[in-house]
Amino acid sequence: MDYFIELFCSGITRGAIYALIALGYTMVYGIIGLINFAHGEIYMIGAFTSFIVATVLSIYGFPLLAIIVVAGVAAAVWSSAYGFTIEKIAYKPLRHAPRLSPLISAIGMSIFLQNYVLLAQTSDFLPFPELIPDFAFMEPIAHIVGSSDLVILITTTVVMIILTFVIKFTRIGKAMRATAQDRTMAMLVGINVNNVISATFIIGSALAAIGGMLIASHIGQINFYIGFIAGIKAFTAAVLGGIGSIPGAVLGSLVLGLTESFATGYVSSDYEDVFAFALLVLILIFKPSGLLGKDETQKV
Amino acid sequence: MLKLENVQAGYGSIIALKGVSLNIEQGEIITLIGANGAGKSTTLMTISGVVKSRSGKILFNGSEIQDKGSDEIVRMGICQVPEGRHIFPQLSVQENLDMGAFLRKDKGGVKKDLEYVFDLFPILAQRRHQDGGTLSGGEQQMLAMSRALMARPQLLLLDEPSMGLAPLVIKQIFEIIKEINESSNTTIFLVEQNANQALQVAHRAYVIENGEITLSGDARELLTNEKVQKAYLGI
Repeated sequence: MDYFIELFCSGITRGAIYALIALGYTMVYGIIGLINFAHGEIYMIGAFTSFIVATVLSIYGFPLLAIIVVAGVAAAVWSSAYGFTIEKIAYKPLRHAPRLSPLISAIGMSIFLQNYVLLAQTSDFLPFPELIPDFAFMEPIAHIVGSSDLVILITTTVVMIILTFVIKFTRIGKAMRATAQDRTMAMLVGINVNNVISATFIIGSALAAIGGMLIASHIGQINFYIGFIAGIKAFTAAVLGGIGSIPGAVLGSLVLGLTESFATGYVSSDYEDVFAFALLVLILIFKPSGLLGKDETQKV
Repeated sequence: MLKLENVQAGYGSIIALKGVSLNIEQGEIITLIGANGAGKSTTLMTISGVVKSRSGKILFNGSEIQDKGSDEIVRMGICQVPEGRHIFPQLSVQENLDMGAFLRKDKGGVKKDLEYVFDLFPILAQRRHQDGGTLSGGEQQMLAMSRALMARPQLLLLDEPSMGLAPLVIKQIFEIIKEINESSNTTIFLVEQNANQALQVAHRAYVIENGEITLSGDARELLTNEKVQKAYLGI
């Protein structure tokens, strides 16, 4: 039973990280109908930024909590700047082009960013400092749930609550929902759609960066390629849950995380991806719009 | 109030407007009639800044607006109810109305206008918490018009408000259009395929064919114009 709970907890942790990345995919898709394939790289850049900041701060002997906060904020801000800029130079000029063009541009951006970090940081795995200490109160259950699992779970939950609040009640959140549902009409009620799109990229990038820092600290090493794999998985999770749906992205991520964790635990870690993608195929066969995706209905 | 001078616009290689000029005065109801694909909706979208004009000038209260963003144009007081109504389907009736007042900061005024539109269309008050997508066609048209009124526009652009509605509902919608014009002195630019109804409610009218204005004049006169009768009134 302990083993089951352990797998369950590690699955939820995985899912939480996927969710932080998947939200960026699903929000951007909801607003401009684009799969932003460079999103995984944003997450990777977030991990590197927090790595650099955390390393520098720990050399100067800052307390751990200060390091986590500063590194997290720095990663979020820096990744957001990347997300914002990518949209402006790679997607905005193609907004009225056929749908395939921005998609190709996104793939190009992804390859560019990977290679740019490869050149700057080499392909070696860099040891990521362990930011989250083992809490004393976690001692009795440490063999089942680690302290960093707990921190990841709490952070993700808090971030989700803030995001839900922003989207439901703030001005920019309402503008985002309106733009996602009908962009022309959003323009006609006076919403500046360019600002909404920028805000979406900024929010999505910040979430991915926080995910990048948490998982890097959890696993303990990073290199230029981590964004690609995490990006594909998070994209799968977003499709699984119903791309464009925010609760769908979270649910899809948790389902994917749990599936992978149980597949690893009960079968073999070699089969983790097999189960993950088999699940995706099954769901797409029986519910093509994803778990919580809405079938498009329109009244004329 | 609004003046179009030789406005050209289009989509990609298609030229939809080949130099449209027209003039709308404060307090008028002006209608633009024409067949499918004549350029009626493009005219409205160009005024709203959703479609960018390629040449020509659009003047609103004396200032050029053809290069302004759609949000700035709404801020200046031009609101559009687009063809097909474009209700936000997953927002409630109330939220749809709130979106109409997106740029307004005067909470008291917004509240008063909310009462005003519920007064015009009592059914919307009943449906207040229902999703916009679940309303009937007529109710959606009422909601779309109310949403535009929530911005308290000086100039209201209406694109095919009668499309796909039952005759009784059409009659009601046109009565309300008249009432909006008379009670709050809102200038109305009405695009219609239903030329008969439109000409009865409007003061003046323009006829558009293949992206060009071919005829204009007093609405009553156009009702009796032989060419208009033949082409648009089916007489």
